[in-house]
Amino acid sequence: MDPPVLLTLTDLTKTYPGADRPVLAGVTLTLDRGQSLALTGESGSGKSTLLHLTAALDAFDNGEITLGDTAYSTLTDTTRAALRRDRLALVFQQFNLVPSLTVAQNLALHARLAGREEADWTAHLTDRLGLTDLTHRYPEHLSGGQQQRVAIGRALALRPALLLADEPTGSLDEATSDTVMALLLDLVAEAGSALLLATHSPRIAGLLDRQTHLSRGTLT
Amino acid sequence: MIRTILATLLSHWRRQPVQLFTLLAGLALATALWSAVQAINGEARAAYAEASATIGSGRAEVLVSPTGRIELADYVALRRAGWQLAPVLEGRARLGGTWVTVTGVDVLNYPGLPVSPDDEMPVVTDLLGDGLIFAHPETATDIGDAPDLPRIRTSQAVAPGTVLTDISVAERLLDRNGALTRLIILPDQPMGLTPLADLAPHLRQEVRDPGTNTARLTDSFHLNLTAFGLLAFAVGLFIVHGAIGLAFEQRRGALRTLRALGVPVRQLALCLLAELMILALVAGTLGLILGYLIAAALLPDVAASLQGLYGAPVTGGLALRPEWAAAGLAMAMAGTLAAGARALWRMIRLPILEGAGTAGWVDAAQRNTVRLLALGLALPLAGGLAVWAFDGLLAGFALLGGLLLGAAALLPPLMSLAIRVAARFARRPVAEWIWADLRAFLPGLSLALMALLLALATNIGVGTMVSSFRYTFTGWLDQRLASDLYVNAQSDAEAETLAAWLAPRVQAVLPIRSAEFDRPDGDLRVYGIVDDTIYRDSWPMIASAPDLWSRLHAGEAVLVNEQLARREGYWPGTELDLTPDLHLPVVGVYSDYGNPSGQAILSLDLLEDLRPDLPYRQIGLRVAPGTGPALAADLTERFDLPPDAVTDNAAIKAASLAIFDKTFLVTGALNALTLGVAGFAILTSLLTLWTQRLPQIAPLWAMGLTRRQLARIELMRSLALAAVTALVALPVGLLLAWALLAVINVEAFGWRLPMLLFPVDWLRLFALALVTGAAAAALPALRLYRLPPSELLKVFAQER
Repeated sequence: MDPPVLLTLTDLTKTYPGADRPVLAGVTLTLDRGQSLALTGESGSGKSTLLHLTAALDAFDNGEITLGDTAYSTLTDTTRAALRRDRLALVFQQFNLVPSLTVAQNLALHARLAGREEADWTAHLTDRLGLTDLTHRYPEHLSGGQQQRVAIGRALALRPALLLADEPTGSLDEATSDTVMALLLDLVAEAGSALLLATHSPRIAGLLDRQTHLSRGTLT
Repeated sequence: MIRTILATLLSHWRRQPVQLFTLLAGLALATALWSAVQAINGEARAAYAEASATIGSGRAEVLVSPTGRIELADYVALRRAGWQLAPVLEGRARLGGTWVTVTGVDVLNYPGLPVSPDDEMPVVTDLLGDGLIFAHPETATDIGDAPDLPRIRTSQAVAPGTVLTDISVAERLLDRNGALTRLIILPDQPMGLTPLADLAPHLRQEVRDPGTNTARLTDSFHLNLTAFGLLAFAVGLFIVHGAIGLAFEQRRGALRTLRALGVPVRQLALCLLAELMILALVAGTLGLILGYLIAAALLPDVAASLQGLYGAPVTGGLALRPEWAAAGLAMAMAGTLAAGARALWRMIRLPILEGAGTAGWVDAAQRNTVRLLALGLALPLAGGLAVWAFDGLLAGFALLGGLLLGAAALLPPLMSLAIRVAARFARRPVAEWIWADLRAFLPGLSLALMALLLALATNIGVGTMVSSFRYTFTGWLDQRLASDLYVNAQSDAEAETLAAWLAPRVQAVLPIRSAEFDRPDGDLRVYGIVDDTIYRDSWPMIASAPDLWSRLHAGEAVLVNEQLARREGYWPGTELDLTPDLHLPVVGVYSDYGNPSGQAILSLDLLEDLRPDLPYRQIGLRVAPGTGPALAADLTERFDLPPDAVTDNAAIKAASLAIFDKTFLVTGALNALTLGVAGFAILTSLLTLWTQRLPQIAPLWAMGLTRRQLARIELMRSLALAAVTALVALPVGLLLAWALLAVINVEAFGWRLPMLLFPVDWLRLFALALVTGAAAAALPALRLYRLPPSELLKVFAQER
């Protein structure tokens, strides 16, 4: 049986070149399998950086990140890419859909890249996300809320061990934001994924299992 | 995973069909023009090789007789003495209503029988029995109706207008028994033979090299065509570079997303490369088809030029050569790689977390200004240094390349400066916006404008060269073709007979006799002329010393042609060593267009003293006005001469000018095509910039400008850019013309032409540049004019 802890960040430090102080200064936290954790903080507090490091998109200066039994400090560029492809999924504030692919193609993209496409599960997600009538459309013909639902579907189609979401409703109005968040949490639970979500909204943070606050690069 | 990545990448083109069309069309056009030129060159070179094979093994040593006849007894005596010789009987005969050159050989002993390895070897009984004639397919069709001809076997290896057969058949066709025209001295001879000069002192040993005379000129012709092809290819690549760059920039977000979803950068790069190669293969194939059609259309004119001007035999037909197709595809792929390398490299280096958008692209282009300025100054300087440091055609082309690319690199900084200056004088808000908008989008249009600059400058440069050449050439022909009629004889004896018959019937008989002199700097063809007013009055001199003609005819001096003067520095005041004992002062330099080699002129008496066995085959005639045609007809009929044995001055002049015009028709067509490609480059740039322009245009529309006004501004902007480009192209084109006339021509042909200016042509080209600019902007302007307001409103919508 897998140990309960999925993600561990230990004494994580990151300073951007030219910056006079670290954006992350000794951050330590853990996240269990299937658990959801909200990371709150003001703009510039380091939330996005923490998510980028956890997503293996960027390198940290000191400390360690461990996902399951994989320590990030041992990874090469290729194995970092493989980690992102097979075990993680990301939902961005700006959706980041591929504009030249249809909704259906965007939904299946990550799972196909990982070679783990499950047609039934993708169809279920499409239905749950209310995208069934939109599968042949292109992102430019969708509203912001619809695009974010496609982004969530694309991430969950993989059934990732860990879903990282960076202000996923940041560009949506309140009503749409609530709808999208409710769907996200439901589907994350269905997929059995853990969720690490960055938000500046205490209301949205309150919907998750745990909350932690980041201020000037340290957890409080 | 690879399939998913490729599908994702290729999906971009499905959503951007105009961009895909731009890319494919740009590359196809570039490949087409390049391949067309290569097809023409390949066809011509193959024709030279075939013609060379017909003669035997190309360069050959032969024995000839001043009388034009070698008796069979001479041949037998030489063979008995051990000499390995191949006898040839050659002459002109009318077969089936067509005059052809009949070459009769000893088929068992001839080194160059036109049978390819794939052909079935003719059996000896075929060759010797009833006989067999080898002829080019075109010639075979022409002579097919002739009665009493042996069986004709077609072969591409025989030059058009020539038939090859056994001597016995040739004797019958030419009605000449028991005599030979020449004896080919075969390469492998036994040791210790008695010298030929002792065995047959009445025969003359010569080197026949059909390739030598034409090789330099045809090489230059092909080099010029290749340079044109490369230029057209480069102009096409500007389009490809722009289209690939824009496509990559538009996909930055998608590529970042793929990287974020776990696609390794190496795999992504390989897939991008594969995508480029797929596009290159498709466009290359289209380009090859188009190139084949262009070559097929141009080849008859090229063939006529090469055949007429340089005497190089080329048929008008085009064969599809696999190596040509492979080279065209390779060029398309290499061009795509070159055009896409920078975009690909930037994509590989793209950090996953960098923001998307096209601003980075525009900024980067603006940062390039300093680099472009440096390149614009360095490239022409490097070209100039190349000419200064090295001689030769390649250095000349380095100068041309440096000038053209340097000017192209300078265009964006110059254009930016012009816009800044113009913006200072703008007072009304719309005018201020127009200049600001133009400056913002100049980087996106730069490549297309560079392509237009190259095309216009080439047009001006080549146009100036052609017009200068034609103007000078026409004047030169008037002077140089001094005689009224020219007669060609088949032997010295025939020439003597004709001259004797003609002497009382014309004002002057002017023998045209020459000999090859072996000098340390190479062989020199020396002509001997008689004293006649025709030379004194009209021979075109570039430089001359006092008492030129009297000193020449006294046998005390020599004239040299411009080629010899420029290559070896023989100008009046210097001496030419014709033999180790004969040093003659140079008293004049004459222009000699159309001839690649050095040449000199002596008095005929002196030349005959130096070369007692001087051949006599050509005669010039000065006749009373109006008597030429009747005399020519009389002469031809009385001596049963072939139709091309007597030529009048006007016919040669007309043929020369026609051939000349055909030669430049080809470059003219390539010029027009290059300009068309440049216009297409502007159109595609405007279309690909379309989506980025909407956010600029929409606020103006919202503030009260109508779509008609915006469309008009779009059109005017393109016209202004084309006009400024044309203005910059004028000095560049004139510099190019100077380089062509003063450097390339001198290096390639050995003569320098005066540079003449033709402002009317510039005005025509300026108008053509405006038409190109207007035509390129017409579609985007129309699109803007018809754009639904809902599309413009999307710019303001939050959801966009």
